[in-house]
Amino acid sequence: MDKMQCQCGHVNPPGTILCESCGRSLTEKEQNSKLVDMRYEGTARRSQTYNKSIIDKVWNFFSSVKVGVGIIVAILVAAAIGTILPQEEYVQVAVRNEDTIKAYYSDVYGEIGRIYHFLGFHDLYSSFWFIILVGMLAISLIIASLDRFVPLYRSLKNQRVLRHESFMNKQRIYGKGYAQEDVLAKSETKLKELKYNVTRDKNGLLAEKGRFSRWGPYVNHIGLIIFLFGVMLRMVPGFYVDETLWIREGETRAIPEVPEYALESKSFELETYSGEEKDGAFSEAVDRVGSVAKNYQTDVILYKKPEDSLPGATEDMEIVEEYPIRVNQPLKFDGYAVYQMDFKLDELKAMTFALTNKETEESLGELTIDLINPEKLYELENGATVELKGYYPDFSGFENGEPQTATPLPNNPGFLVEMTTPETPKGETSFILIQNTIEPFGENQFKLEFQGVETRDVSGLTIRKDNTLPILGLGGLIFMIGVAQGMYFNHRRFWIQQKANGEIILAGHTNKNWFALKKDLDQVSAYASLPAYSDQQEEIEKQLKKEGEEAL
Amino acid sequence: MTLAEMSSNFLYAAFIAYLIATFVFGGAVKGNKAGTYNSESRWGKTAFIITIIGFLANLAYFFTRWGATGHAPLSNMFEFTTAFGMTLVGGFLVLYSLYKTPVLGMIVLPVALLIIAFASMFPSEVSPLIPALQSNWLAIHVSTVVIAEGILAISAAAGLVYLLKVVDLTKKSKQRFWLEAIMYSLVLVLGFVIASTYFTATGYEANFSYVDKEGLEAEIEYKMPPVFGMNEYTALSEGTMTPIAEMPAVINASKLTTVTWSLIVGTILYWVIRLIARRRISAILKPFVKNVNLNLMDEIGYRAVIIGFPVFSLGALVFAMIWAQIAWSRFWGWDPKEVWALITWLFYAAYLHLRLGKGWQGEKSAWLGVIGFTIILFNLVAVNLIIAGLHSYA
Repeated sequence: MDKMQCQCGHVNPPGTILCESCGRSLTEKEQNSKLVDMRYEGTARRSQTYNKSIIDKVWNFFSSVKVGVGIIVAILVAAAIGTILPQEEYVQVAVRNEDTIKAYYSDVYGEIGRIYHFLGFHDLYSSFWFIILVGMLAISLIIASLDRFVPLYRSLKNQRVLRHESFMNKQRIYGKGYAQEDVLAKSETKLKELKYNVTRDKNGLLAEKGRFSRWGPYVNHIGLIIFLFGVMLRMVPGFYVDETLWIREGETRAIPEVPEYALESKSFELETYSGEEKDGAFSEAVDRVGSVAKNYQTDVILYKKPEDSLPGATEDMEIVEEYPIRVNQPLKFDGYAVYQMDFKLDELKAMTFALTNKETEESLGELTIDLINPEKLYELENGATVELKGYYPDFSGFENGEPQTATPLPNNPGFLVEMTTPETPKGETSFILIQNTIEPFGENQFKLEFQGVETRDVSGLTIRKDNTLPILGLGGLIFMIGVAQGMYFNHRRFWIQQKANGEIILAGHTNKNWFALKKDLDQVSAYASLPAYSDQQEEIEKQLKKEGEEAL
Repeated sequence: MTLAEMSSNFLYAAFIAYLIATFVFGGAVKGNKAGTYNSESRWGKTAFIITIIGFLANLAYFFTRWGATGHAPLSNMFEFTTAFGMTLVGGFLVLYSLYKTPVLGMIVLPVALLIIAFASMFPSEVSPLIPALQSNWLAIHVSTVVIAEGILAISAAAGLVYLLKVVDLTKKSKQRFWLEAIMYSLVLVLGFVIASTYFTATGYEANFSYVDKEGLEAEIEYKMPPVFGMNEYTALSEGTMTPIAEMPAVINASKLTTVTWSLIVGTILYWVIRLIARRRISAILKPFVKNVNLNLMDEIGYRAVIIGFPVFSLGALVFAMIWAQIAWSRFWGWDPKEVWALITWLFYAAYLHLRLGKGWQGEKSAWLGVIGFTIILFNLVAVNLIIAGLHSYA
């Protein structure tokens, strides 16, 4: 394509619509229209100029608003589909694996659930195609912005004061008529009072205000791109940690992914509202709902291990901090945060039994089995012993005669024990469950009689590090600045020219809020007695309407 | 009188003021002789003052309730929805003071009344905060969102006025159908309010036990005669209606029953209005908008989005993410409420791009404004009541 020379002599880049210098319309289409298209100041945009190579085609595709909106709508619809049924991570199943999740969808939601899972919608937001859509949005943001920003910036930077009359009379706000000699000087005074930047050149005047608002869209797009970049960074190892730590009251555990620190849980506390708070203001609500949680809290001690300590060693640890972790009040240290996320009340901690003679009900002593770290052998008085031959913390039944445990958590402990007493030196075997005892090798003389149980609470904590947060924050901040800049400010311009015969022509343009532009112009007119102006777009619309009514 | 009681009296006062203002605004618009705006400026001013009084009472409700509970009253369905009605009026006041358009008041105030009435159907006693909500971010995040939604809703109101004027009701068209569909859905909300109020006033109660979707035995209380029964239900109260059909476990038949009654009452009401007036509801309203300046309505709709969009971004995304990071350990978790906030945001982003980039002004823009409001309402009502998630506080 060739460069385009205007009648005024200025040579414009190929694809220009309005001459950069004088503002004359350069294309036939533009020459025939009643109003100029001021959207990008009539500059040459790459996407509107070249369409030959593959690069041109890709560039043009992504710079199109239509395509951009298409991508937005596609993401919008996809996002909505993902809320029809709960996403995988919010599904509650006893044992978590692909099969149980799949079964959950078809069991609970029937055929619809089965199809939903089959199409991969149960994990829609991390699906390949959804991420591609977001990626396309990012590309569109970059290309569409560059395509518009570069020429717009050039054009607004090199604005001329004097424009050709055909540029002026095709502006939406336009007026023509006679006025006093000093009209330019007076207009300048008033416009400056209204905080316009005024430039004069020979017989012309250009007043401009709020040009920076034109950069708003590009600034907010930069913010979004930074944000999306931050989200991508999460994939880089070391930027992001998301671990769960279940910790029992009284336990001290190394913090996952942060081995130099350890955490001790002193206690977990669950509080509910009594209804007495605020002078009983809440009693009605508490009565209706039954129970309203007030506080979930784990009191912890954070330890730091000496640098030369072995993994797992707990001695010589230094107390860093004691802290009550509550919802909304995570414990923070060294770039990490520990959150109160979950809990389990009254987990079994230890069970106490008495070795009893079934007939005489005479006790040979008691033993307490720790359900997390049980001992192998318990020695009682008079040489009696109880040997723990098998321990099944979460007994789930027998398989081929062998007792099984579903999980390593002491939810339903089962003990296979051998009891030896002076009376039964050969030993008697017994399988003990809660409220049930099996004697596999025939009737025993002795039994372990349940005495009591100790329980404790378990806190579910989340360990999180997210080094992308500052980048996301920066992206968000830039986005908000850009949005405010583009939406709460407008770019307003007036061109006034005094011709040799004393005639005045004036034109006005704004990127939005014509109402306020007219208000400004009215003030200037009142002060400097400018000729009357009209809103040409409204005139055109009125004309169309009139024609329409006549046609009826 | 306790603060909480005072607070509800203020809300009544606001409700009544809005009701009066609706009619005065209607009169202001209707009283105009063709081509004159005398009545508009005279009665419009009166109506504006009444609305301001109502709004002040509404604010008084908000802050006395805040005083009574010790937290911003934005923590459940009743509180949030009432606040939405309030910010809708607030948004109207801002745009009215810029553009002086009584016809907008005639549309916004009845919608605000409907929203507040709808809110009152939910438990309204003051309630304490669950741990996740105990944060200053409750006031910051939720109030920003509700203000943004109030402003964005004005764009729908302006759009509706625009459509009432431009859509030709004498010929069959898609536009005519959908415009009337908007009117019909507003009447349905009224149907819900009437049905709930009636059954609450008569003290209707029916209890059932049923098997929930996890296969566990549960109990439920119906506040309306059970049209639909829960999964494998057994009636616990005597002399109540026997459900016509039983629903599978994934469907909450009690909520479905409420929807059904609202539909029945709303539809009857709609046809009563239509038969008495002998025309569509949009046609009843049409004479009120005959003097409307379309360009101005288009501008108001656009301005509302321009003002509302940045506020929405700040409240529903930025503040939301900050709080989610503090309370739930992650700034984003694809919870349904989060997703629908994103959808709302994407939708208005599309609106802006279509308007600025593709020149979608006037009627197209008006339709988009109305659709935006529908999405906001969906996020408020459906996501809270139907799609369960972390934000289901109702």
